[in-house]
Amino acid sequence: METKAKQKSPKGTAAPLHISGAEAVIRCLLAEDANLIYGYPGGAIMPIYDEIYKFQDQLHHVLTRHEQGATHAAQGYARTSGKVGVAMATSGPGATNLVTGIADAQIDSTPMVCITGQVASHLLGSDAFQETDIIGISTPVTKWNYQITKASEIPEIMAKAFYIARSGRPGPVLIDITKDAQFELFDFTYEKCTGIRSYQPYPKLVNESLEQAVQLIGEAKKPFIVWGQGVILGQAEQEFKAFLEKSGIPAAWTILGLSALPTAHPSNRGMVGMHGNYAPNLLTNECDLLIAIGMRFDDRVTGDLRTYAKQAKIIHLELDPAEVNKNVKADVTLLSDCKISLRALTDKIETKTYPEWIKRFDDLDAIENEKVIDGDLHPTKPGLTMGESVEMINKHSNGDAVIVTDVGQHQMVACRYAKFTQSKSNVTSGGLGTMGFALPAAIGAKMGAPSREVVAVIGDGGYQMTIQELGTIFQQQVAVKIVILNNDFLGMVRQWQQLFFDKRYASTEMTNPDFVAIAKGYYIEADRVDNREDLDQAVAKMMASDKPYFLEICVEKEDNVFPMIPTGASVSDIRLE
Amino acid sequence: MELKTYTISVYSENNIGLLNRISAIFLKRHINLESFSTSESEIPNVFRFVIVVNIAPEKVHKVVQQIEKQIDVIKAYYHTDEETIFQENALYKVKSSSLFEERQIQNIIKESHATIVTVSPEFFVIEKTGFREETEQLRKDLAPYGLLQFVRSGRISVTKAKMGISEILNTFKK
Repeated sequence: METKAKQKSPKGTAAPLHISGAEAVIRCLLAEDANLIYGYPGGAIMPIYDEIYKFQDQLHHVLTRHEQGATHAAQGYARTSGKVGVAMATSGPGATNLVTGIADAQIDSTPMVCITGQVASHLLGSDAFQETDIIGISTPVTKWNYQITKASEIPEIMAKAFYIARSGRPGPVLIDITKDAQFELFDFTYEKCTGIRSYQPYPKLVNESLEQAVQLIGEAKKPFIVWGQGVILGQAEQEFKAFLEKSGIPAAWTILGLSALPTAHPSNRGMVGMHGNYAPNLLTNECDLLIAIGMRFDDRVTGDLRTYAKQAKIIHLELDPAEVNKNVKADVTLLSDCKISLRALTDKIETKTYPEWIKRFDDLDAIENEKVIDGDLHPTKPGLTMGESVEMINKHSNGDAVIVTDVGQHQMVACRYAKFTQSKSNVTSGGLGTMGFALPAAIGAKMGAPSREVVAVIGDGGYQMTIQELGTIFQQQVAVKIVILNNDFLGMVRQWQQLFFDKRYASTEMTNPDFVAIAKGYYIEADRVDNREDLDQAVAKMMASDKPYFLEICVEKEDNVFPMIPTGASVSDIRLE
Repeated sequence: MELKTYTISVYSENNIGLLNRISAIFLKRHINLESFSTSESEIPNVFRFVIVVNIAPEKVHKVVQQIEKQIDVIKAYYHTDEETIFQENALYKVKSSSLFEERQIQNIIKESHATIVTVSPEFFVIEKTGFREETEQLRKDLAPYGLLQFVRSGRISVTKAKMGISEILNTFKK
């Protein structure tokens, strides 16, 4: 392969090492500061695993119980550490089992490098044992992928893989390596990639757009900010906070933007979208300026696009040119890393406050508090709510925990009510909505932020999709707290069946096993709580543990999550009951 | 939704799998390709795809942005027919006997400005370069005389405007 990438030699590069492709892969990982690998061995990747064995003093391999778990764990690690997660699997079924996690990482912009073994190059295309076209299969869900058939390609391709995964809008990269390339000996030297000629990850901010944005902000009477994960990925939390405080503009988050700003910050007005807060959803259609920062106007955020913020001017701060004017046409686009554009904007705008406009938020918040939040957090009827369970975790974590969630009702409730004091604390499957994400992601989240408390809040449905990762948690002694909010239903689907399918509960009721016994079977301390009196004590005991801990909270079976914007409806049609 | 014909030009590295990546972008959006051709471009080792699609004007920009987003794509453009010079190439295989027995066929070849590529005792092959309507007309004209085979290439096109790929590549070298 020809060199079309810029590479930088580390200082004092030594003479080339004559080593195998497999050893080269390990040395590339170490050079990229990737000394934690989630994976599962098998025939076509055995030479690499043999090197993992030899290098075990320098890198840590976590054997998950399923390859899907390896990808989610790598995602969780990337999300809390900000580094590139690495997942490894063998060819065939090993590789195909990675696909869900790769697709999840692609849609949620998570930096990840997946390495798969492949049958020997002379067998490619012969339908050999455990041969599958993982390059073809993973193409639509990877930022980049590449099949290596010669050991000599390994250093440059691995360098490119890490550079592509972490630069610009991050994403997953898959590198498929044939078994003969793993065995082949060659002269190894490593240079980090610093650029690729066909790839410009950081567009330059255009000054003219900046001036236009400043003018729109200056003219606005009712400006409103919606921010997304771009703030976190761009490490722009401080710049974002400074912008909010000087501009005085109220702001709401998309699900992946959560935790970029502390929950208690006065500018933080909650979540937008399908199960977001009442005020920010309604006022989206009342603001005169909508500033979208590092978010992509997902349909779960916008509802019906034909009625979305039509009255407002729109400024879009975005790094990925393909997201500009994709769903919502912007009046001004600041195509740049938001760390740069936010800083530039803050310098140029005036300090302002919008007391009357803010009062609109307060008034609507009061309505939501009365109609929804009070009942969720301080219920008077018997039966535990998901809301009070999350609130109890808040009480004992002081908002310092990383909260990992799966997909469904518990996810919406946890994201609505969990309190955060620091960034990179919300790990969830947003874009793809992958049930089964949380348990393995929690493993990675804890390893990516070992000093922090990590609490996985999971529904009884999604939990059982990757429940086998309890084995990984036990073997590695990953001190995560696992909270199952058990309503014996696939709750979100059941809610939709109740509201939109005349209560025809098709295949949503679950006959569940003894979850406590299962956790104990993996030698994980476990408890169950099913009444209000014992909840405080049960959560306190869990949080006090310094080991893996499982807590099943039996909640009301048929509670619904509100507010709700029905699919395809306008954000103005948000329902409180 | 009103559809319009666009020619999408993609300059890219010559990497295995890129074709799959580009076609996946159309597949995901349920867009059928009218034609597709690829060759090395004016720059050594840089390849050029010429893709013709009938697509809504508000969609074409988004699709081209998705193509350009691919790591191995250097630059992608889209143009209307008025903004490009384009041609297609067609081959027609006809029984040799009709060339000698049907005087009319010689007139058809002459008037269409087609060229005879090869003649053998059994068949002869005609080549015609031009717009779709022209190659189509020749096919219709030849059909009554027994068209043994007909094949038409995808559109190839150059743009009236400058592409500036070398500038992009030179910027990278700096």
